Amino acid sequence: MEEKRDMMKKVPVREQEPLVRAANFEEVCLGYDEAEAVAEAERCLNCRNAKCVAGCPVSIDIPAFIQEVKEGRFEEAAKVIAASSALPAVCGRVCPQETQCEGQCIRGVKGEAVSIGKLERFVADWSREHGFVPAAPEKTNGKRVAVIGSGPAGLTCAGDLAKLGYEVTIFEALHEPGGVLTYGIPEFRLPKEGVVGPEIDNVRKLGVKLETNVVIGKSITIDELMEEEGFEAVFIGSGAGLPKFMGIPGENANGVFSANEYLTRSNLMKAFREDHDTPIMNAKKAVVVGGGNVAMDAARTALRLGAEVHIVYRRSEKELPARAEEVHHAKEEGIVFNLLTNPAEILTDENGWVRGIVCRRMELGEPDESGRRRPVEVAGSEFEIEADMVIMALGTSPNPLISSTTKGLEVNRWKCIIADEQNGKTTKEGVYAGGDAVTGAATVILAMEAGRAGARGIDAYLSQR
Amino acid sequence: MYQIVKAEQLADKIYLCVVKAPRVARSCEPGEFVIVKLHGEGERIPLTICDFDREQGTVTIVFQTVGASTEQMASLKAGDSFRDFVGPLGNPSDFVKEDMESLKQKRYLFVAGGVGAAPVYPQVKWMKEHGIRADVIIGSKTRDLLILTDRMEEAAGSLYIATDDGSAGAKGMVTGVIEELVEKQGKKYDVCVAIGPMIMMKFVSLLTKRLGIPTIVSLNPIMVDGTGMCGACRVTVGGEVKFACVDGPEFDGHQVNFDEAMKRQQMYRAQEGRAMLRLKEGDTHHGGCGFCGGDR
Repeated sequence: MEEKRDMMKKVPVREQEPLVRAANFEEVCLGYDEAEAVAEAERCLNCRNAKCVAGCPVSIDIPAFIQEVKEGRFEEAAKVIAASSALPAVCGRVCPQETQCEGQCIRGVKGEAVSIGKLERFVADWSREHGFVPAAPEKTNGKRVAVIGSGPAGLTCAGDLAKLGYEVTIFEALHEPGGVLTYGIPEFRLPKEGVVGPEIDNVRKLGVKLETNVVIGKSITIDELMEEEGFEAVFIGSGAGLPKFMGIPGENANGVFSANEYLTRSNLMKAFREDHDTPIMNAKKAVVVGGGNVAMDAARTALRLGAEVHIVYRRSEKELPARAEEVHHAKEEGIVFNLLTNPAEILTDENGWVRGIVCRRMELGEPDESGRRRPVEVAGSEFEIEADMVIMALGTSPNPLISSTTKGLEVNRWKCIIADEQNGKTTKEGVYAGGDAVTGAATVILAMEAGRAGARGIDAYLSQR
Repeated sequence: MYQIVKAEQLADKIYLCVVKAPRVARSCEPGEFVIVKLHGEGERIPLTICDFDREQGTVTIVFQTVGASTEQMASLKAGDSFRDFVGPLGNPSDFVKEDMESLKQKRYLFVAGGVGAAPVYPQVKWMKEHGIRADVIIGSKTRDLLILTDRMEEAAGSLYIATDDGSAGAKGMVTGVIEELVEKQGKKYDVCVAIGPMIMMKFVSLLTKRLGIPTIVSLNPIMVDGTGMCGACRVTVGGEVKFACVDGPEFDGHQVNFDEAMKRQQMYRAQEGRAMLRLKEGDTHHGGCGFCGGDR
């Protein structure tokens, strides 16, 4: 450390050089080492009325764990976090901290907020590397709960219930657990073997059983789980998996993908690795439509697979829904942002392959119902971007497979399951839900908050019976 | 792991596996499909269900070797296993949910091309179990490539065979047999179910449209998850975009945009060709595929 530190500034975190990482799938952010973590922890004011805790959807006792880090007691820090979060190594990497804990940080009023996310990540990584394992309950209460989906909501709900003594089985439709952590978020942001796998193993070590390749609503229904397999309660954390398309001409051309497909091929099926069989298109010039985290992930994946990548987004930079860090990283890596631009048509060659995309320029008009200024087309502004691949990252909606096969489970007009925010209670007795299946596509941490609420709701319900 | 209890070769490049998969066997219906994955590094491969035994907890799949992954699957023996086997996926055939009385009034014609005999079989068998004898046409290039004819004979009302070279049954295409039955023999059909190569389903649909016979086809586009997540399997049906995995796989053949569907099937042909080359050449492969970098 330099002699006179500027306590107003974060301890910088080491990252792979942009031009190096643009050609590999290794993690971009390298995280803090012990000395850096302690130095950053020293910036925490240990506020009596800590606002950061209120900014955290799962209410981690942030000042408490940071004080432990400051003293070098990393295992104690891990225990503080484990009391509130089952997936700290994940959250430390993918939470939008700038709008949550760090957004509330008092240190951030005059200077930069404490790097709470990077400290959480450090503690989680340290405890994994040092073999710190959460303790399983000594005996179960004999009550069985089924959790549908092994993404952030399901894992959190299952972990919390297991700690309370329930016998929990998670059912996962895909061949690997993790949900969006596995199929959606790329390796360079969230390593699968190094980070996601061990966090899932920690949930297993609490006694949770995990059955893959079970599509609830097809392989077996919720009613059958409860009536025939002896589950007394069910938590649905099945996410929002259905991709949206624009409905513009040429969208079914070869070379047009949903971000879900493109990312699933790369992340879940590991198509980016030569020793895996699933193919993925190697584009020369890719256009990614959308401005969220998924668009950034798809763009940066295409870049790493060798393409020149353009992001096309209809609003301006200020409205980009992606985390600031992701946008920053994408720009550093050389991704071109075509803002205030909206696709009108995908052009194809004689064999049905993408050869370009026609776009229109946009300008911002009056605010719409989301409060953001509504983009309006500029008349006569059509222009062409040459491309051999187009990825649509326009958001996702919940899969109706479960709601349509479960008696008495009601959904709203967006096919989202209706559930109480406080306890996850749905319109069907004994069935609870949370995460993207209820809210539509949101974030990992909000899904975890809902998983936690669902576990509370289920515990209250089963304790009464 | 999902153990293979029986494996046999049905014809050149066509194989059958009976797989222990109790959850699938318990809930599957004709018309649905499964996705299999051979090993950790393998692809997810959608395959139609050929048969199932709820008591034994087994599901029978039939596949044709078309690429590196199916080539590896061809060497599987009883006792081996699939790492993953998920299903049932897609929707059951419409008739499964139809009112029995009205269904019994209908005359069904099933048309199977090549390995398409596999998904047609459980439908014809279901019909027989419900007291309906449906007519079946099986077509293939040549006699040696015909599959499941014995089982089909037992389940069908009348079984007709067509081969391109005339080595078995009528010489020519399945469409020729349909014309013969309907136009020459004056047979009446209320529904035609055609399953086989995309090009066959296209021409059967064109013909039955002319003949005025409502026609169902089962599409097998490229897919990854099979649960509605990826959208790789999107097809245009009656001007609307549908996902074959959750909206199908069976659709109104007169409404399907087959030309688009056939183009979309070519999506990964280059990569598949390279993978096949790597598999065939094995340790002797030192580049030339343009993919592995071995010639750089």
